[in-house]
Amino acid sequence: MLNNLLPSNVSTFGADIDHVFWLIFWIVGIWFVAAEGVLLYAIIRHRKRAGAQASYLPGNTARQLAWVLIPALVVLCLDLGIDRAGASAWEREKGTPPAGDVLVRITAKQFNWNFTYPGPDGKFGTADDVTSENDLHVPVGKVVRIELQSEDVIHSFFVPEMRLKQDVVPGRTIRGWFEATKTGTYEIACSELCGFGHYSMHGNVIVQTPAEYAGWQRETWPTRTAANDAVKGTGTR
Amino acid sequence: MMEVADSHAQPAGFIRRYVFSTDHKVIAKQYLLLSLTMALIGGFTSYLIRWQLAWPETDIPGWGPIGPDNYNAIITMHGTVMVFFVAMPLLLGAFGNYLIPLMIGANDMAFPRLNMMSFWTLFTASVVLTISMFVPGGPAAAGWTSYAPLSDNPIYTGVTWGQNLWILAVALEFGSFLMGGINFLTTTLNMRAPGMTFSRLPLLVWMETTAAVVFLLSVGPLIGGALMLLMDRTLGTSFFRADGGGDPLLWEHLFWFFGHPEVYVVALPGFGIMLEVMPVFARKPIFGYRPMIWSTIAAGLLSFVVWAHHMFVSGMDPRLATPFSVTTILISVPFAILVFAMIATVWRGAIVLSTPMLFALGGLATFIIGGVTGIFLGSASTDIFLHGTYFVVAHFHYTLFPVTFFGGFAGLYFWFPKMFGRMMNETLGKIHFFFTFVCFNFVFIPLFLAGLKGNPRRIYETSSYDFLKPVQHIHVIATIAAIGLLIGQLPFIVNFFYSMMRGEKAVANPWQANTLEWTTDSPPPHENFRTMPIVYRDPYEYSVPGAPSDWIPQNEPPEPIYPISAAAD
Repeated sequence: MLNNLLPSNVSTFGADIDHVFWLIFWIVGIWFVAAEGVLLYAIIRHRKRAGAQASYLPGNTARQLAWVLIPALVVLCLDLGIDRAGASAWEREKGTPPAGDVLVRITAKQFNWNFTYPGPDGKFGTADDVTSENDLHVPVGKVVRIELQSEDVIHSFFVPEMRLKQDVVPGRTIRGWFEATKTGTYEIACSELCGFGHYSMHGNVIVQTPAEYAGWQRETWPTRTAANDAVKGTGTR
Repeated sequence: MMEVADSHAQPAGFIRRYVFSTDHKVIAKQYLLLSLTMALIGGFTSYLIRWQLAWPETDIPGWGPIGPDNYNAIITMHGTVMVFFVAMPLLLGAFGNYLIPLMIGANDMAFPRLNMMSFWTLFTASVVLTISMFVPGGPAAAGWTSYAPLSDNPIYTGVTWGQNLWILAVALEFGSFLMGGINFLTTTLNMRAPGMTFSRLPLLVWMETTAAVVFLLSVGPLIGGALMLLMDRTLGTSFFRADGGGDPLLWEHLFWFFGHPEVYVVALPGFGIMLEVMPVFARKPIFGYRPMIWSTIAAGLLSFVVWAHHMFVSGMDPRLATPFSVTTILISVPFAILVFAMIATVWRGAIVLSTPMLFALGGLATFIIGGVTGIFLGSASTDIFLHGTYFVVAHFHYTLFPVTFFGGFAGLYFWFPKMFGRMMNETLGKIHFFFTFVCFNFVFIPLFLAGLKGNPRRIYETSSYDFLKPVQHIHVIATIAAIGLLIGQLPFIVNFFYSMMRGEKAVANPWQANTLEWTTDSPPPHENFRTMPIVYRDPYEYSVPGAPSDWIPQNEPPEPIYPISAAAD
């Protein structure tokens, strides 16, 4: 039952996130059971009975306070352990991205995801840029670097199965990355309220084998020519 | 001085006595009535939200179908009403106002007229918010957090005056509690009865005052932020608009710099109520009175350096995440001390499971779930996945519901005899507790599971995503439980009004409790005490070995036969 708690993970850094999740799960799970157990025991065991008086325990001596302060000290030590594991998992996903094999600019707008590839010349803003609406094609096992931009309000790019989430903020270009470990189609959800169509702002990450991805590129990407390399209009972004 | 003397005389006319009153007890009851009225709106909106999530796009009984834009407005109103117009008026306005003067042995608040103004400012804010629900363009629909630029420019939502009035209402609410907070702080510092040293203050007074200070120190920037947002909308400025040189993240910083401390502003008084109820019905002193105070202050201070944990994936510099993660998770230490000390307070007691005690223990038991699930969100790594999902929704309902409703009901059942001079019905109270406790858990435990599946919050219908199809039945369970939770409040409403008129007459001290409010009549006379009390003892001297009874009121002069009292202080 427990292994169904989270959706299956299909990204490299997702395994680190899940590791921290289970670490916290077991630590707080034990504390939760212990605290509720003692509380429930006290409520049942120490109900008022005729003739019995409550114990006078003001907790004003070190000896009595140790019952509270030592567990609190244990909590502190466990906190630091969680901090350490969490910091390295965070650093891997959100720190400096590794060198990328594929570059995609993700433009969010009410209520669509647009994915722009730089095309054969590898540069954005030229005539051979390729834009795909709501479907993000990527090869499996390759580092995909993403640049997120918004045309209107704040959106959030969320791929649950990749443990990937990043807000998209107007006026900023936010960089990130991911590497899928398994082919398939994984849904993208917007997870920041962005207006009346927020609930339906979905897309797909289509993770393909390198051969399939190359096939998709052949079908949809233009061939490299001097004209296609020329910068488009005035809109150099 | 004439003015002061005037405000202390019992006014004659109905209006000065019950409407524009300066008596803290009347004002407290006004806050109580206002918060319970607003809770009806807050409760009804939760019904609409839950129904839509379980059975999307069906006719909601008593309302009709709701569309996605209405849905966004309804969730915005639910959050705004519950946090600002139910939790704060109940826990600070009603209990703080009623109990601080009575518990410290004062005849009123330090500034009675300011107190009256605080309430009427809040009343105005409530009216403005209510009006905003009916203006053309619809009510605010950018969430209770009102992130810019969604809230900043009407082209994104179609909401015009609804959002402006929302900002105005919230800013007025802040102003109201600023005035109230100054009053709490001044009263606690200056109006204590002779002998009421800081180490003899009941913990509720500590908690209310700490909450007031935390509020005073955190809300200023957001009042400025609210005005900036209003100017962006009406005067063409662009504080939060990227295309005009502003920054949407500035709003998030201003909001959460207040928003996180705000959680403690609500949580501390809720804890304070539970802490007053537990010793009385366990017949035991508070375990670790001083460590509890230090933990409270530590939690209050830490709450100022954790706000960016709401923004881990917001696009702020990712190097900030780990420092804010560490401070956030560190808060578990003072809260662990508070929770462990509360458990130790009932340990080996002589526990009477009266209605107030059931609510206090139920509040503690459920708050523990809110506390431990906070660790998942405090760690920046797991928050990447969980941020903005139903896990967050379940988590904060497990922190705010226990303090607001379990704490609030514990307080109402406990101090009702003092406030209204009559006892509430215990059987109805226990039925109320049973429904509330069981249904509450059946609403929000399932929602944790939905969150773990990645279900984003503020989603009008889950069926628009394939990966959420397996989650749909969870929403049905949660909705049925939510309807049960709402129906479960009926015994309280009946009990509250019936007991107010027909309940058994209450004696001055029906629970044999020690703090000063129980030494005066139920309800107290206009100036609170017939003779102003003098304090000789700690507030929680229950079951003192060798004492003739298991309780010793704070104003009982010391006698050499109780050896323990010589050690007091």
